[in-house]
Amino acid sequence: MSSNKETFGKTVGFVFVVCLVCAALVSVSAVALKPLQTANKLLDKQTKILETSGLLELAGNDIVGTYNKYVDAKMINLETGKVVEGDVDMFEERADARDKAKSSKPENDIAGLSRRADNAVVYFVKDEQGKVSTIVLPIVGSGLWDLMYGFIGLESDMNTVKSVIYSDLKETPGLGAEVLNPRWKALWPGKKMFDEQNNVAIKIVKGGAKAGDIHGVDALSGATLTSNGVERTIRFWLGKEGYGPFITNYRAGGLK
Amino acid sequence: MSTDTKKVLFGPVADNNPIALQVLGVCSALAVTSNMANALVMTIAVMIVTAFSNLFISLIRNQIPSSVRIIVQMAIIASLVIVVDQVLKAFSYQLSKELSVYIGLIITNCIVMGRAEAFAMKEKPGVSFLDGLGNGLGYGAVLMIVAFFRELFGFGQIFGMEILPLIQNGGWYQGNGLLVLPFSSFFIIGLIIWAIRQWKPEQVEKD
Repeated sequence: MSSNKETFGKTVGFVFVVCLVCAALVSVSAVALKPLQTANKLLDKQTKILETSGLLELAGNDIVGTYNKYVDAKMINLETGKVVEGDVDMFEERADARDKAKSSKPENDIAGLSRRADNAVVYFVKDEQGKVSTIVLPIVGSGLWDLMYGFIGLESDMNTVKSVIYSDLKETPGLGAEVLNPRWKALWPGKKMFDEQNNVAIKIVKGGAKAGDIHGVDALSGATLTSNGVERTIRFWLGKEGYGPFITNYRAGGLK
Repeated sequence: MSTDTKKVLFGPVADNNPIALQVLGVCSALAVTSNMANALVMTIAVMIVTAFSNLFISLIRNQIPSSVRIIVQMAIIASLVIVVDQVLKAFSYQLSKELSVYIGLIITNCIVMGRAEAFAMKEKPGVSFLDGLGNGLGYGAVLMIVAFFRELFGFGQIFGMEILPLIQNGGWYQGNGLLVLPFSSFFIIGLIIWAIRQWKPEQVEKD
């Protein structure tokens, strides 16, 4: 028996059949589970957006319903700061950034992105009366190990911080990953991103921000590089190569 | 359960532990043990992959040409790992975000290959399946012990529940910075191996 299964033809045939069966198994599971995976991804994003705008407790278990009721997503062009057409649910900054036709190299790449997508999706979160109470801006930038993904929530003056929530990162647990610690997140609300001249003024202060410093947030102890990454990411995205033009437009009432 | 089944299923937990005695699968034991929830999911994933790869390989063991047997084993293991990863992405997105890289690396986990080559190629499907489960259990037992110490003394938590309140959360416990980092598992695994060999001196290698 062993002699006839070792022939060249049998070996090739056997490998072919095994590959076919394995490939079928993998494709079936990938295709069959795709809708669930996409839904999960979207749900995760919607949860983070609600958390950023402070609606997570109100939402309870009904994330999708609450999101649909209060959140209005718009795709914008970062250069012009104007609203453009696009599929807001499927948009992924990094996927567009890899596409040369849909992205560009930032001149001053302090967030360590190398390329930045031309478009972005911003989220207008409304209150019960339908007035915009929070604007949620997605951010991405280098931490110590890898890119960190998150959201900034700004009040409708586009200056006062509601929250800064990171959703996806690979920082060191216990050190850099403390950006997820509720006590650190609690330092953000009420801070001002811009000074009176409308320059980005927010900074992460090593050794702790002074009491009453409206632009300073304590750095994470033992995580200088992550803290620097957070500061640069926010400075980049609020600057003129990030949401700068959009923020100017919005304040001037250009989007309403 | 007959004694034989018992031996196949629970033997790898202490008598023939894949990590402690054979020193296989240490790489992933370092990476996923910073908290117990991750370690548990990884344990289940490895158990499923080892059990089913053993089962399938054992089913076709008499047909596999010996010149390509390793490749065939890899193809089966890799497919199973991808399926597990896809299922995790579909049903537990949060965990899969944290574990996805390591789930993929189950393919290179020596325990899975080792059992396929050493056991499933010779034994019947049923007992091979149990052997896979048993080795997954043995791997998981070590993982859970390591994760217990790392999470408790590194983060003051067990399964995410606060046991020792950390100073940075307003408590009194200063988290152990070493245990937060993956390589601290080397020390814990070393201590586990020492403890098992104290208990079962027959595992000590002769010079």
